[in-house]
Amino acid sequence: MSMNTVGRPTRPEGAAGPAGFASLTGGRGLLQDEPLIFELGGWDKTGVDLPEPEADASDLAGLVREDLPLPGLSEPEAVRHYVRLSQKNHAIDLALYPLGSCTMKHNPRLNEKAARLAGFADLHPLQPASTIQGALALMDRLAHWLKTLTGMPAVALSPKAGAHGELCGLLCIKAAHEAAGQGHRRKVLVPTSAHGTNPATAAFVGYAVTEIAQTDDGRVDLADLEAKLGPDVAAIMVTNPNTCGLFERDVLEIARLTHAAGAYFYCDGANFNAIVGRVRPGDLGVDAMHINLHKTFSTPHGGGGPGAGPVVLSEALAPFAPAPWVLSAADGFQLLEEPTGDAAQAFGRLCAFHGQMGMFVRAYAYMLSHGSDGLRQVAEDAVLNANYVKARLSDVMSPAFPDGPCMHEALFDDAWLEGTGVTTLDVAKAMIDEGFHPMTMYFPLVVHGAMLIEPTETESKAELDRFCETLRALAAAARQGQAERFKGAPFLAPLRRLDETLAARRPKLAWRPEPATVAPAPSAAE
Amino acid sequence: MRYLPLTPDDRAQMLGVIGAPDIDALFADVPRAARLAGPVDLPAHAGEMEVERALSALAALNRPAGAGPFFCGAGAYRHHVPATVDHIIQRSEFLTSYTPYQPEIAQGTLQVLFEFQTQVAALTGLDVANASMYDGSTACAEAVMMAKRVTRRGKAILSGGLHPHYAAVTRTLAEAEGMQTVRQPAAVDAEAAVVDAIDDQTACVVVQTPNVFGVVTDVSRIAEAAHAKGALLIVVTTEAVAFGLLKSPGEMGADIAVAEGQSIGNALNFGGPYVGLFACREKFVRNMPGRLCGETVDADGRRGYVLTLSTREQHIRREKATSNICTNSGLCALAFSIHMSLLGGKGLGRLARVNHARARELAAAVAGAGVEVLTPRYFNEIAVRVTGSAAALVDALAADGILAGVPYSRLDPHAGLDDVLLLAATETTTSEDIAALTAALSAKAAR
Repeated sequence: MSMNTVGRPTRPEGAAGPAGFASLTGGRGLLQDEPLIFELGGWDKTGVDLPEPEADASDLAGLVREDLPLPGLSEPEAVRHYVRLSQKNHAIDLALYPLGSCTMKHNPRLNEKAARLAGFADLHPLQPASTIQGALALMDRLAHWLKTLTGMPAVALSPKAGAHGELCGLLCIKAAHEAAGQGHRRKVLVPTSAHGTNPATAAFVGYAVTEIAQTDDGRVDLADLEAKLGPDVAAIMVTNPNTCGLFERDVLEIARLTHAAGAYFYCDGANFNAIVGRVRPGDLGVDAMHINLHKTFSTPHGGGGPGAGPVVLSEALAPFAPAPWVLSAADGFQLLEEPTGDAAQAFGRLCAFHGQMGMFVRAYAYMLSHGSDGLRQVAEDAVLNANYVKARLSDVMSPAFPDGPCMHEALFDDAWLEGTGVTTLDVAKAMIDEGFHPMTMYFPLVVHGAMLIEPTETESKAELDRFCETLRALAAAARQGQAERFKGAPFLAPLRRLDETLAARRPKLAWRPEPATVAPAPSAAE
Repeated sequence: MRYLPLTPDDRAQMLGVIGAPDIDALFADVPRAARLAGPVDLPAHAGEMEVERALSALAALNRPAGAGPFFCGAGAYRHHVPATVDHIIQRSEFLTSYTPYQPEIAQGTLQVLFEFQTQVAALTGLDVANASMYDGSTACAEAVMMAKRVTRRGKAILSGGLHPHYAAVTRTLAEAEGMQTVRQPAAVDAEAAVVDAIDDQTACVVVQTPNVFGVVTDVSRIAEAAHAKGALLIVVTTEAVAFGLLKSPGEMGADIAVAEGQSIGNALNFGGPYVGLFACREKFVRNMPGRLCGETVDADGRRGYVLTLSTREQHIRREKATSNICTNSGLCALAFSIHMSLLGGKGLGRLARVNHARARELAAAVAGAGVEVLTPRYFNEIAVRVTGSAAALVDALAADGILAGVPYSRLDPHAGLDDVLLLAATETTTSEDIAALTAALSAKAAR
């Protein structure tokens, strides 16, 4: 039986509908407003069938709570609630997601499958060593890959994200200075283009932050660095490739000057994906570098985490790495959890257990899939794609650093928007109407109205062309005076532009029951 | 390679558009001495089947918790997670999206975070919660540093029942920031002893309930004592299911509550990724670490959600931020929130009572086997005293296929509590599991 006997083909005439068409209920076809779970009325409901408790809680008299006002949903209601919500999200699985510095690349599903094997997912962190030999072996092999790819002798696996890795690296540096009688070094030098986490981490560890100037071609100003290095400097924190998407050409000289001044070279490895397999940070004089497994090694970002931020360390810093360590012995692997023996100088502990095992499994699966040859190709294609985007847009947008190649991301400023009345934010919001996630905007801070585009290596040429054509069309529209296309954007997203000022001025951070007499409709922005 | 869409033809064409002779030309800024001529010394690429085989072989070397009688807790708990939870978190739109910095196309993630924050606030009995931390231990350390910002005092007192790893993480981070931490000696049932140590330099006291020995404590009196001296009370909970049965931290006077949320919605995962819960009183909100999601309206007046109060955060405030945290545990928070939405307050209450009942059966059974139970009031975990080394006992029983809990010495080898064993029971623990454990304990004792 043909489907047409049930679902007859429609005729396209008149499909556009009357101008200003609105549905009777306020939704837009499949895209409907979804109430909060607190508004779905399930105050006495539960979607989990549980047995009757066999005993009461009389032994806890006086310690038991009276009520727990949280709604429940049956399974079908829950599925619908979350699937409807999911449809309001953009995702890398839907289109190119060019967030510079964030590395939104394809997340292989094999890695998800591997992480869910009972031998990894259903493993308690404090089981006896004899029952976790496979887990420790995986950590050991992951460590081997990370050390080999970076050319560094040691790695601390436990940091749970990039910023946590920065903390780990700086605490190693602090401990090393203190052990060498250099505890008076209280300053950390950070370029103006750095990620916000760099100065925040330095301050967190109790260091004073001094900014290093940048040259006109987007690199660390060597003269300024040399002038600021001194006996009070503990470390420099340099991102390489940097946040302008450029390789620090003078990196060997940066390392030499830093070491000559008795300081350590912390490298922010957020952009390691641009050089993996082609350049080893160990050959650049780096003393410590975190690796965002969720960027370079493609563990999913999950709407904001979890990440994982292992830190590779030089010989000088390795003894200060935090507990725990995986040790390989004749009778198998051991987990050294206390700073004793070989780990006596460990600076302490960064988290309750051993780090993000679920991310380790995914990243290791990704490494095995690519292999040493594939990872090198990853870097090459990431850099090729970024340069291609830069080349295809340079005549209609304004590259911040037009001369020479970029690495994995292409940085534009807003000079091309001059006189159009359109801002970087407006361009970003207009991209949403065209089906793309915006690029990173207004970062790095060293470029006016920055637009940082990182396509990653998992985009096809066809998708890159579609993206470039879209931006070219937007550039033409801006030049032609179609400012209204930008100022009010997005028009076609689940919601229009949101009032972030109102949210900050009158913070409403949790749902609270409204008095029954008050109409639930939200008031317009003041 | 299956993850790389470019063909050799594409690459050649693209180099032409760029005007570069070859790929090496794009790496021209790398110092010649640092350019690798070829691949590093690691295995070459592998197909999906080969990779799956290699990882399955490693997984097979481990003994999963579900393979037999299992009693480990001490900060990570085995619970049944409904299949719906894992299905939904693997949806592309949740799994493969970034931090919701563009709220117009991230309302799914943002509404979930708003619901999550509301759930965490209700569970902890406090006004506001953030959008998650890495785990319970880092949330604990962040709470202590927040107490310094609020009180402008530099000392933190940590109870003897605080999980030793939480104490170690807090000490590492707080001392790096210039705070002084005072850890009280390990003690099964002495959370209230922190009261005697509070002075006018004390920023906060940190107590845990149920504590690492499983002891449930009413901390109301500790709250009064802390507040009388201008200090904050931070209450730690490592087993979030306990919120379904026990008085909430907020109800007992806590200023900040932190917890490990793994128990709800998340697998054991050998220690991570987990999800740190962080809640506090409204008046401290601008001192909170981490991301916050708030309600607002769009240009048409429709309700929506955004990340807010970001002037506290590193990407705006840089070295003056309240924390350096950026990436958090978004997907684990989603798992937590879905499981919590399925349970509801009613279901979580019942789940908690089932856990408590399983622990009562466990405690009675091991006591019957001649093992001394040290925990006077417990939720789903007890500390027991065994003959000789608890670590040796656990190793021996593991060889018999029983994962017989966590020896306290594993967490803190210097406490002199080598004969203390921590045993947890959850809804997944069966009477047969308990019988197997007590039989093995009796057999060891008889030997």
